[in-house]
Amino acid sequence: MSDSVIKVENLGKQYHLGQVGTGTITHDLNRWWHRLRGKEDPYLKIGETNDRTKKGKSDLVWALRDINFDVKQGEVLGIIGKNGAGKSTLLKILSRVTSPTVGEIKVKGRIASLLEVGTGFHPELTGRENIFLNGAIMGMSKQEISSKFDEIVDFSGVERYIDTPVKRYSSGMYVRLAFAVAAHLEPEILIVDEVLAVGDAEFQKKCMGKMKDVSGAGRTVLFVSHQMSSIRSLCTKGVMLNRGGIEYIGNTDDCVSLYLGSQDNSGTDLINRTDRLGAGQVRFTNIHIYNSSGDAKVEFFSGDAITIKLNYQINKEFNIREFLFSLVFFDTQERIMAAFPSDELNKVFDFNFEKKIGEIVLHIPELLFRPGNYFISIYSFIGQSGENDYVDMITNVKKITVLSNDFFHKGILIRSGEYTLLKGKYL
Amino acid sequence: MKQEQQWDLIIRPKNNWHKLDLQSIWHYRDLLMLLVKRDFISVYKQTILGPLWFFIQPVLTSLTFTFIFSGIAHISTDGNPAMLFYMAGITLWTYFSDCLTKTSSTFIANAAVFGKVYFPRLIVPLSVLISNLIKFSIQVLIFLIIWIYYLTVSSTITAQWHYMWLIPALILMMAGLGFGFGVMISSLTTKYRDLTFLVGFGVQLLMYGSSVVLPISTMSPKTQIIMLLNPLTSIIEAFKFLFLGSGFFNFIWLGYSFVFMLILMTVSVLIFNKVEKSFMDTV
Repeated sequence: MSDSVIKVENLGKQYHLGQVGTGTITHDLNRWWHRLRGKEDPYLKIGETNDRTKKGKSDLVWALRDINFDVKQGEVLGIIGKNGAGKSTLLKILSRVTSPTVGEIKVKGRIASLLEVGTGFHPELTGRENIFLNGAIMGMSKQEISSKFDEIVDFSGVERYIDTPVKRYSSGMYVRLAFAVAAHLEPEILIVDEVLAVGDAEFQKKCMGKMKDVSGAGRTVLFVSHQMSSIRSLCTKGVMLNRGGIEYIGNTDDCVSLYLGSQDNSGTDLINRTDRLGAGQVRFTNIHIYNSSGDAKVEFFSGDAITIKLNYQINKEFNIREFLFSLVFFDTQERIMAAFPSDELNKVFDFNFEKKIGEIVLHIPELLFRPGNYFISIYSFIGQSGENDYVDMITNVKKITVLSNDFFHKGILIRSGEYTLLKGKYL
Repeated sequence: MKQEQQWDLIIRPKNNWHKLDLQSIWHYRDLLMLLVKRDFISVYKQTILGPLWFFIQPVLTSLTFTFIFSGIAHISTDGNPAMLFYMAGITLWTYFSDCLTKTSSTFIANAAVFGKVYFPRLIVPLSVLISNLIKFSIQVLIFLIIWIYYLTVSSTITAQWHYMWLIPALILMMAGLGFGFGVMISSLTTKYRDLTFLVGFGVQLLMYGSSVVLPISTMSPKTQIIMLLNPLTSIIEAFKFLFLGSGFFNFIWLGYSFVFMLILMTVSVLIFNKVEKSFMDTV
């Protein structure tokens, strides 16, 4: 069981930036001239790591470099990374769509890749004809498809339209049919690239279930996704790519938190916000949000513990007993989802007028939000909580993203929706 | 750590590009046939006349040629009924030119599919050969009907029954040449597109240089040699000779065309194999 089925050694892929044109023919000639004299390709030595944000000197970049890893029989490997980290390039090389520049990959067993659903679908052909064509493109024999035909149609749920050309299909039906064919491939190794991000919620659930079946049957799966929740629930091992190299390989949870941590998580600077109200006895300067292990994050899972830290500076003395503070969560439709008013929580903040700076810390033991985006606004008043009494008020100081997970511990990912969660169970 | 494992597949920067992977092509034979079916079905979907267009195309072209080249320009047809003479040439020629033009866009036209899934790329040009062969057989049928009609009413044509066994070989050679040229062009155009501009024009020009319209019997011996250096000329001439009894028929020149085809196919498949590995980065 623990035999390697994929072994990647020193894999690298170099790309040429810019356009193919007259400049390329001189490169080609130069390459050919070096090879003729038995020398090494002069362009392999140069090239930079792939950082899309900076302008490089050379127009040759390494989309992947020095990639080494093993995948064992039955593992579900999640590949994550930012856009341009090299995920898709890696999958393309594994699926033999393109070849590496250096290094090699050894594979045991039949590979099928799902870089896209519905590859080779012809709009003029009927659903039935396309099932056969698409299946054959993915490496199934006609006989194999015939034997699974009813299952495929059943899974797709478009039986009524099976003899209609697919150009008449709605985009949802098209994708359903396409995924149904793909889901019935039975290779030893399956490569999947974010195809789950299609279809309605019901169909996505079906797809996730199918993916689980596939991995449960002891087959090896390589899975690329930006949806950390699906990575967490499906994968047994994670690889994080960054600028063409492997940043981390190992435990899925660690990999996911590393990835979430690598995103924009620096404290948001509030000092330069001009769209604020209030007399300004206190000014908030910065906001940080931490997860339970103390890492600054902007993405959390439902039910996570979070800690919000707000830095402030004091410009003028005031009566600390009269100071009221509230932190409010809004959903994307600007509905209030939760608020933490200091008077209700019976908190009197202890301002140090000597030091002139300090922080307000709010701990939330369980973030009872459904998956989605939420915005934090902060309000502070002296005396009454009316508009004339503002000390400092800033809306949308920070956006957080809540990700789906198995909140109720029932093996089911919770749905998104902008209403809060409550703990409970059916007896 | 552990002893050498048996790997089913090793992905390397360059594979042995002289190795033609016939086994995997055989493995994908179902795909080959489904692609043929797709090409065949999809062309005439949403037309009223449907497959009848297969008949109409060569007949209309032959009528046009008869009208222009024979009727107006009075170009010799070796004493044969003009309609039949042009039709023989056009039917065979169309097979070649269809194979060539369709295979020449293999990589560019299929970039979307090739970029997403692996299967032996050679399957696609092979499917073009086969689907065009079906179309060609239908067109031969209409040619045969017209031919039989003229055979009974006209005394100028004499079928060379004892050479008829050569017909499959002639068709094979046309297929091979169309495939060879097309595959070579498709491989060469992935990086530099210049050649694509030449294809449409070149095929037109080649038709006039392949004795589809002008029988080489009307030419000087010197021009004849130049014409025959084109491997298509002796095949088309032989085809006409077999059915009409007039035309240039020479086993040595046919042998030349055959060897030409073999070399062309080998070279183009080698180039194709080399290109298919990396074309996604350059197309």
